Amino acid sequence: MNVLLDTLFNGLAIGSVLMLAALGLAVVFGLMGVINMAHGELMMLGAYTTFVVQNLLKNGPLEGLFPIYILISIPLAFLVSGLAGLLLEKTVIRRLYGRPLETLLATWGVSLILQQFVRSVSSAFFIGLVVAVALGLLVPRLLPAAWWRQRWSPLLGVGGWIGAMVVGIGLAAALGNQRDLHQPWFSARNIDVTAPEWLQGSIDVVGVTMPTARLFIIALTILALLAVHWFLQKSVWGIRIRAVTQNRPMSSCLGIPTEKVDALTFLVGSGLAGVAGVAVTLLGSVGPNLGGNYIVDCFMVVVLGGVGKLLGTVVAALGIGVLSYILGSGSLLLLWPQMPAALNETITFFATTSMAKVLVFILIVVFLQFRPAGLFPQKGRMVEA
Amino acid sequence: MKPSAKRIQSLRLIGGATALATSLSLVACGGGGGGGGGGGTSSGGGFDGEVKVGILHSRSGTMAISENTVAEAELMAIDEINKAGGVKIDGKKLKIVPIEEDGASDWPTFAEKSKKLIDQDKVAVVFGGWTSASRKAMLPVYESKDAFLYYPIQYEGQECSKNIFYTGATPNQQAEPAVSWLLKNKGKDFFLVGSDYVYPRTANTIMKEQLKAQGGKLVGEDYLPLGNTEVAPIIAKIKQALPKGGVIVNTLNGDSNVAFFKQMKAAGITPANGYAIMSFSIAEEEIAAIGPEYLEGTYAAWNFFQSLDTPASKKFTADFKAKYGEKRVTSDPAEAAYSMVYLWAKGAEKANSVDDNKVREALVGVSFDAPEGKVTVQPNHHIEKLVLIGEVQKDGMFKILENKGMVKPVAWNQFVPETKGYTCDWTQKRPDAGKFKM
Repeated sequence: MNVLLDTLFNGLAIGSVLMLAALGLAVVFGLMGVINMAHGELMMLGAYTTFVVQNLLKNGPLEGLFPIYILISIPLAFLVSGLAGLLLEKTVIRRLYGRPLETLLATWGVSLILQQFVRSVSSAFFIGLVVAVALGLLVPRLLPAAWWRQRWSPLLGVGGWIGAMVVGIGLAAALGNQRDLHQPWFSARNIDVTAPEWLQGSIDVVGVTMPTARLFIIALTILALLAVHWFLQKSVWGIRIRAVTQNRPMSSCLGIPTEKVDALTFLVGSGLAGVAGVAVTLLGSVGPNLGGNYIVDCFMVVVLGGVGKLLGTVVAALGIGVLSYILGSGSLLLLWPQMPAALNETITFFATTSMAKVLVFILIVVFLQFRPAGLFPQKGRMVEA
Repeated sequence: MKPSAKRIQSLRLIGGATALATSLSLVACGGGGGGGGGGGTSSGGGFDGEVKVGILHSRSGTMAISENTVAEAELMAIDEINKAGGVKIDGKKLKIVPIEEDGASDWPTFAEKSKKLIDQDKVAVVFGGWTSASRKAMLPVYESKDAFLYYPIQYEGQECSKNIFYTGATPNQQAEPAVSWLLKNKGKDFFLVGSDYVYPRTANTIMKEQLKAQGGKLVGEDYLPLGNTEVAPIIAKIKQALPKGGVIVNTLNGDSNVAFFKQMKAAGITPANGYAIMSFSIAEEEIAAIGPEYLEGTYAAWNFFQSLDTPASKKFTADFKAKYGEKRVTSDPAEAAYSMVYLWAKGAEKANSVDDNKVREALVGVSFDAPEGKVTVQPNHHIEKLVLIGEVQKDGMFKILENKGMVKPVAWNQFVPETKGYTCDWTQKRPDAGKFKM
């Protein structure tokens, strides 16, 4: 009984991390069909937001709020990642709808840029970047309007950006000579996010040790899930999102602003990634590579669950969580101590974390052979599909 | 990004994106170069020539966190030697010019960049590598080209190449004394946790043999793929195997450590509850990244701690902080990397040549007053190391619990049946000098 409860709890704990991480992707990938490889990096931004909030509250006038800094981080991380996602949508993804392979490559490039950004961002770098972008945006307004009617006007745009870039780099280099400004904010090293005291311990419930951090993540996941469900099912914008997902031209005809809907969907999906980023700081390391650790698992969950269905994501995440815990911890051996020796040997062989991962992958691949659309495939007519 | 950008309709966007990407990468390069090149050019005049050396570490990717410090320590040593007049060969002063390459945490890249450094730049020696996987990838390159690699990290042993010198600990200079110490002071039941690659697996094979030989008991072992952060199954296994406390030996590398310690603490597997946790890949640098409060009270075995109270150690730390910033810490790998450059320079002066074959022959017997103490290159291309066991304190530094003094290196492990009785001695003129029966 105890083993069973233990398995259930730990499976739920692993599954809820997967679910929270995959939830945003389920929205973006499932509803919009965008293969967002930068999803992991949006999580990383959320984790870095947590780090910044922690450091701001650690010392200074707001010290009293330090024990709940993690709660404060959640809306802020949602905002930071959401806005970053919005920017990504407005600049890159907007131009690539309906071309999933190209979004894959473009967002992968964006993920690399974001990684390098947190590694090398310093005050000098940031000022240079802001100046370059501002200049680049201003150039068209400063130049005589007549120039823009020439045939070579596209070159002018590129030239303007190149000029702005040179100014930005020059400025960053000049400012970089000063040690204070040159100091990277985060550097390539991993940063230390320490859970508040109340999330470091564990409580015992009927003989099962439940780490409070895990309980917190489970609660957060349930909340996020309910919020997303409510948003998509009940709110006006949620209904619009679903309408656009099902039939874009018709929604457009009926007066739904599809561009706004796209932007909003992406913002929500990205913001959820930020919330997941806050959660994973309680479990693992926080560094520029954080996203890479989760992105494959996220896609695995969404694909297994069936693209476009939240219920699928939930079941898939929990299933993978429980399965990888049972296999990895070897708790089958405890449940049935008198099993035949040959079977015992086999299970022991697979009862390592590496092998469990392999096995879970194999099972998923086999499953997808029989149900290519995942656990809960979209039913009904899809105009765009 | 390129393939997709091709089809983006608006030229302005391409311009914008390229501008952004280029400015990002340029500033990034500028930052890296500034850190590296700053030292090399400090003294201009007074040299009669130059000698090129290669520095090959991961400056990007998952290992960059650790390897940056090592490269910085090497550059600091080069800078110091240059300031003191460079390498003196034939009465001439040669300036050491470092050529930096990025291994990018990708093992084949290490081999590729090694070829470049040897063939194109014609460097006298390459200082490089961190993971054993990167060394194993580079080894055939150096052996086939008869070139010279100097490797600074503690590793699993079971290797003794004519073309590689090692300043990191072999298992008998780190893992073995640590296991003996644990057996004597902390208990007999051992659980081994490691990352899933060559170093932890080989190190654990050796430890298992040692446990058998010295009366310990292995209650379980598990390996985590590099970069994996889900530790719940391992924690469940530890709890089953060691319900009332015991010894856990941790050879995890990189990011997994953070997840491991955070989740261990949450699950109540802490020093306060009777678990003695010994890590072999966590030094001062990693403690800062994980957070000392998760590690306080756990143990580590190294050959150098920043808290080592000797004048040489203090000077090394002070110099490092002066050069790279007050917040930085020194660690065992940085110390080994620093000493390695000095040993090479001394070897070259002894050989009176920078030719790598002559330096390699001359190096055996060369001594250097390293921050850890006086180290001498042994005939098996490793060095004597000071063996220390420390406990992590609140401030992220180590309290030294035991100092076992200088220990000679053993390349072929004597606990493992396959290599028992074998030794390595490159001063002997025999074809199997790398591995022969004693």
